[in-house]
Amino acid sequence: MTASAHQLSVVVSGVSSDSHTWNLVYLRLAIEELGHQVRNLGACVPDELLVQECLTGRPDLIVLSTVNGHGFIDGMRLIARIRACPELATTPVVIGGMLGISGPDGQRSHDRLIAAGYTAVFDDGPRMPAFRSFVEALAVGVTA
Amino acid sequence: MSGSGLSRSFGGFVAAAHRAGELVVQPRMGMSNPTTMRSGLIATKRAAATTVGTITLDSYTRMGHDAKARAALDSRAELNGYPIVAHDAATTRAVVDGVADLGFPVQVRHGSPCPENIVRASLAAGLHATEGGPVSYCLPYSRAPLAESIRNWTRCCQILADVRGNGVEPHLESFGGCMLGQLCPPSLLIAMSVLECLFFRQHGVRSVSLSYAQQTSPDQDREAVLALRRLAAELLPDMDWHVVIYAYMGVYPRTTGGASALLAEAARLAVRTGAPRLIVKTTAEAHRIPTIADNVNALETAAAAAADERRQPMADPVSDTGIYAEARALVSAVLDLRPDIGRALADAFRLGYLDVPYCLHPDNAGRTRARIDGSGRLNWSDIGSMPIRDVVGPRTAVELTSTELLASLSYVERKFDDASIAEYLFGARTDGVPELKEAT
Repeated sequence: MTASAHQLSVVVSGVSSDSHTWNLVYLRLAIEELGHQVRNLGACVPDELLVQECLTGRPDLIVLSTVNGHGFIDGMRLIARIRACPELATTPVVIGGMLGISGPDGQRSHDRLIAAGYTAVFDDGPRMPAFRSFVEALAVGVTA
Repeated sequence: MSGSGLSRSFGGFVAAAHRAGELVVQPRMGMSNPTTMRSGLIATKRAAATTVGTITLDSYTRMGHDAKARAALDSRAELNGYPIVAHDAATTRAVVDGVADLGFPVQVRHGSPCPENIVRASLAAGLHATEGGPVSYCLPYSRAPLAESIRNWTRCCQILADVRGNGVEPHLESFGGCMLGQLCPPSLLIAMSVLECLFFRQHGVRSVSLSYAQQTSPDQDREAVLALRRLAAELLPDMDWHVVIYAYMGVYPRTTGGASALLAEAARLAVRTGAPRLIVKTTAEAHRIPTIADNVNALETAAAAAADERRQPMADPVSDTGIYAEARALVSAVLDLRPDIGRALADAFRLGYLDVPYCLHPDNAGRTRARIDGSGRLNWSDIGSMPIRDVVGPRTAVELTSTELLASLSYVERKFDDASIAEYLFGARTDGVPELKEAT
């Protein structure tokens, strides 16, 4: 973290249908190493719980990670629920992992996730460098 | 066991194959479309191996979100498994009709902390072998309270036990030998498998299997499976039980050679330890949901590796590094808490007597950590409050960095991929040491 950067409070969460947790354990460590505070909600988080936690904690960043292949369907539903709350209308929300949107329709699905309200989408592939840059930029107030 | 009892019993089939000197191999396989699911079962049955079939369920059904599964079926969206509750019983009966039979039992695999509807739907279709457990299907795969999962699994055991008779012996496999797939030391995997099978027995199930997932070191795994068998023999003397090995459940090698070599290693582990059943992984594992052909390939690779291992001279005995003593200490500490094993398990997690490293579930204490040592063995780096201090000895607790965590999670993948690439480049064997002199 650079001297001028803020310490962000970050919520890391899996989605309701996804039971994987190593991605969440890893993201927590990686974000903490960038100097930020993480609340890890764990796996299989119901939509209502995620929204409630974010309304209560008002994080600077919400990171959704999913690797079970239902990421696009779940991601579209979740962002609608998050953006429906006026308090979370402008909170940066990113989604990443293995979203099941690789292949010929990938760019279209990516664009639909952005259009639905995600601040950034880190889809299938080695996207940690891009994610780290995103978090660093956010911490110095230069959001993409 | 009587002839008819044997014939409609998953455990009986596995025992008969074991006596005949055959390793039973089994895929993880689940497709949302009934016709494709049936094709997968037929292909498994026809593979050049002694097989049992699998119907793996999708994640919506696992979570009890049957309406979401139904909506996905209606919109013809592909699910990541077979939604046995969303499909009606007639559909599932048609999937297995004429395929599942005396010589080809089919097991339903799911991962649910609320399995009652799944078990009822399975039984309605004539399927009475399944798997899971109150802890192993709760902590790693859900955020359902452990106490609720224990209540659900109690009922599930009773429902299964009630169908015993008329030549049917329901079978329940504990998934306790997996616990997040990686970085859970063998003694806790063994303790979980044994404790869950004791729980199944307390609620009326008489035929069980105890699982053990291949970890990072072949020698350590051999010691672990022998320890598991010893504990099972001591604590389940009145049960029909067997050990099932899971091919590595963590980050899988990306190269075809590496993935096949890791699977062959799992088959050798099963043969050397007298474990009669193996659940395979495919060479596609790291890349996509495996096809039917990928699965058949894996089944045949594993069967061939097992047959080959049987022709090898007996392996050297493994040295005792204390896995049995650790597992025994964990099991005893839990059984000493209360006579009701479900309540004892809940107390044990609350007290941190059982504590799965890196498990984020709210009911897991989360104070234990594990690491892979220089010789590739998986060891505790922090035992938290688990009552094994006398057995394990003092440890220096060290928290891994994110980079070290990734390195640990990919240790097996790198070991087998590097060996495979070395073999490709240098013609070296799979010990991972390329013969650079000849190559340069």
